[in-house]
Amino acid sequence: MGAKIGVLALQGDVSEHLDAFKNAIRASGSDGAIHAVPVRRRQDIAGLDALAIPGGESTTISRLIDKNDLRTPLIGFDGGIFATCAGMVLMARTVDDPRVRPLGLMDFSVRRNAFGRQRESFEADVEITGLDGPFHAFFIRAPVADHAGPGVCVTGRIDEGIIALEAGRYMALSFHPELGNDPRLHIRFLKNCGLV
Amino acid sequence: MKLEELRFGTELLKRGFASMQKGGVIMDVVNADQARIAEEAGAVAVMALERVPADIRKAGGVARMADPAIILEIMDAVSIPVMGKVRIGHFVEAQVLESLGVDMIDESEVLTPADEQFHIDKHQFTVPFVCGARDLGEAMRRIQEGAAMIRTKGEAGTGNVVEAVRHMRNIMGEIRALQGRSPQEITDRARDLEAPADLLLETVRRGRLPVVNFSAGGVATPSDAALMMQMGADGVFVGSGIFHSSDPARMARAIVEAVNHFEDPAVIAEVSKGLGKPMRGLDIHTLREDEVLQYRGR
Repeated sequence: MGAKIGVLALQGDVSEHLDAFKNAIRASGSDGAIHAVPVRRRQDIAGLDALAIPGGESTTISRLIDKNDLRTPLIGFDGGIFATCAGMVLMARTVDDPRVRPLGLMDFSVRRNAFGRQRESFEADVEITGLDGPFHAFFIRAPVADHAGPGVCVTGRIDEGIIALEAGRYMALSFHPELGNDPRLHIRFLKNCGLV
Repeated sequence: MKLEELRFGTELLKRGFASMQKGGVIMDVVNADQARIAEEAGAVAVMALERVPADIRKAGGVARMADPAIILEIMDAVSIPVMGKVRIGHFVEAQVLESLGVDMIDESEVLTPADEQFHIDKHQFTVPFVCGARDLGEAMRRIQEGAAMIRTKGEAGTGNVVEAVRHMRNIMGEIRALQGRSPQEITDRARDLEAPADLLLETVRRGRLPVVNFSAGGVATPSDAALMMQMGADGVFVGSGIFHSSDPARMARAIVEAVNHFEDPAVIAEVSKGLGKPMRGLDIHTLREDEVLQYRGR
């Protein structure tokens, strides 16, 4: 029984996250003793080594976290968390919109839909600290962060604000590495968690 | 990051937007109050309309794109994505919705078709499109034209799930039937389906449509929604089913939870208790042929 990575499967691009982790595990040259599974119930969270909070609608996911009594187990979870887009909104200390109740696991504030609507969604090469070369990133109705606290390391920033943050075994990204074929950020996350 | 290197409206951004809606419920709304009820209930998006399909049926006449004032009012009211419907082939209505900033356009058989030969060339747009389909061939043709999401058509405005089931079974069943066939056989089948062969080969290889596939047209209860999810839908559109029920806010919350727990009958039972009256519904067999919306576009 190897390490277990869960993807919070309340709503959003869950299967893309599962596939991306499977690819990253293969690409990392790990012995394959890690597997990725969808999680929906509180009893599924405790046995995980790491968890992904996917992209989706943060209002919907926030509501379903409470409806399914997942807030306390998520806040108490002691493994790594990999959060993209809506997931990043949920990781924040504060959100600019009362319709979302964030988990407050990382000390930063976040603005939802910071670039505008879907027609303003874009892809671009961005610089992420510690990667060998630019990362091709997909921003879909993406949030950006401001005001990261002292315990949080900003690893990516564009004119509009912060797009990548890390704090220990937490990683929050305003874009979607799970939609592309570049496993570098997933591998870095797995390394940060000591899983590869 | 250099501004000139930003790329907008790519196929991946369009399909990616649709992927973010998975596991969600998209609700038809006709004003800001309904939109807020839908968002509060946990909808992943709203479809901004002048009338829900059941009322379009009743009203008769030519059904067109909604008044932009209504769409803008709804866009102002909520933070979730807002979609709008245009007539099949009416690319100017689509240009208008794109200029308003709607997040996805539904080229819909619920409105009166504007072109009986061609659908909109959806590659020309920055915003993504969703299109209806009754079978795999129709789905393949819409994806070829640039649809980033498919919804099975069902029969809108009836509150009767039977056609939604038929169309989902058609699509999923045809994909299953082609699994394990040789590329030559699949290419041969593509001719019968009037589908592009490369797209059909890709679909069979993946074992599913290459874009997100929602269910629509007749979903009226939490059990209906969970039924479509168990049959393989990625999510559900609910049209008249919510705001034609006796307690829309409760019905909306119940359908969201049923989709979230579509494999857990105990949860579906719990959320279905005391929901009041669902919409009344129509027997498909009582419709005249010209009243059947799914025959529009092919």
